[in-house]
Amino acid sequence: MKAAAFDYVAPQTVAAALDALDAEGEARILAGGQSLAPLLNLRLATPKRLVDIGRIAALRRIEDRGDHHRIGAMVTHAAIEDGGMALADHGMLAHVAAGIAYRAVRNRGTIGGSLAHADPSGDWPSALMALDARAVAAGRAGEREIAIRDFLRGAFATALEPGEMLTAILLPKLSAAARWGYYKIVRKAGEFPEAIGAALFDSERRRARIVIGALGSAPLPLDNLAARAAEKGIEAVALDAVEAALREAAPDLDRIALRHHAVAARRAILEALAP
Amino acid sequence: MIPITLTVNGRRVEATVEPRTHLADFLREQQRLTGTHLGCEQGVCGACTILLDGVPARACLAFAVACDGAEIRTVEGFDGDPLMARLREAFSAEHALQCGFCTPGMLISAYDLIRRLPEADEARIRRELSGNLCRCTGYVGIVAAVQRVLAEVPKAATAPSPAAEASPSARADTPLWGKIKTALGAKPKA
Repeated sequence: MKAAAFDYVAPQTVAAALDALDAEGEARILAGGQSLAPLLNLRLATPKRLVDIGRIAALRRIEDRGDHHRIGAMVTHAAIEDGGMALADHGMLAHVAAGIAYRAVRNRGTIGGSLAHADPSGDWPSALMALDARAVAAGRAGEREIAIRDFLRGAFATALEPGEMLTAILLPKLSAAARWGYYKIVRKAGEFPEAIGAALFDSERRRARIVIGALGSAPLPLDNLAARAAEKGIEAVALDAVEAALREAAPDLDRIALRHHAVAARRAILEALAP
Repeated sequence: MIPITLTVNGRRVEATVEPRTHLADFLREQQRLTGTHLGCEQGVCGACTILLDGVPARACLAFAVACDGAEIRTVEGFDGDPLMARLREAFSAEHALQCGFCTPGMLISAYDLIRRLPEADEARIRRELSGNLCRCTGYVGIVAAVQRVLAEVPKAATAPSPAAEASPSARADTPLWGKIKTALGAKPKA
């Protein structure tokens, strides 16, 4: 199908983009378009105006900010996959990026677009939550930072207010001791996953995270389980224990989904903690 | 209607487009370049894959208006390109197509794969081509065709240089690519 008619603007600065968002009528931000363009072509989305932020050079930069990196919202999955920059993440982002859809999609799709789209099956929501990243939202009143677990409100729902846009992701640097795991259950390479497990253990920073993704809503952090794994090791997080923790946190999951997600999480934990 | 200027297969093109017109429709309907095929129009099938500023992209998921200033290369734009010539020969020799609908996108993805991942084994080739659907061949011939071309590229010439991997736009002019071109160009036709 073909998209319904829309107006199009391509501002050069964040300020101009915010102006365009503010103007009358429903406006949507166009980042890399790899999720939005299908929705437009299928007419599941029919905005009055698209604000293309692809011409804002500042959004394509990655900056070292001491204890974290600031990743511009328009940095593509392919740029992260190719790893041109040292992110102090032990390669986790490059690994996650390489598993997103297909190269032709990764060349245009962006980390910020994916996060703001907040598809429960997307990779960045789960991975960035496990990494304790923060989202930077720009609005009329300036910028504000939002922890990813507060930013993601549900399926396709974020903490962005009307008139705000996501401009960057703040990625904390991991210590040398950090270990991570990321496992997706996918029926075909590049397809949307059935289940996502993300695990991060950084003993020096005293941080332990297990996140379950590809649920019907926002990714689910299992903090108690992660703390137990960090304290007692992989024996404390056998598949039964993971499944029990998940059943408690998400009682609505059917048996098949429960097992899928528990297995994905268990495999991510094993990747992170196995000697 | 919005005016745009872009380069299509080395030719400068000035046109006016409706914002909702995607690049594949622009190429097919306004430029009469019907080698770019449309299957799903939602980014899944890969038939419309073209090179946008030197890297593969879905032409159905890029709006033409957003491609102002871009450099587009479609399957029609590879005359005299030694790597694409070898790929076409290999696709024919290995029966890598039957109906041919997926072939333009397959060729573009294979072209990128060989330049980006000259050491790819069969499993990697299959993973890299997973974004291009073929409903005729079962992929065996396609994978064999890519392997055939990769085997023609001498391994000594394909040690990936970090600079080439870091910057996709710089890839076309790397020493590695020069060596591949030389190696392929020197090869007698099958």
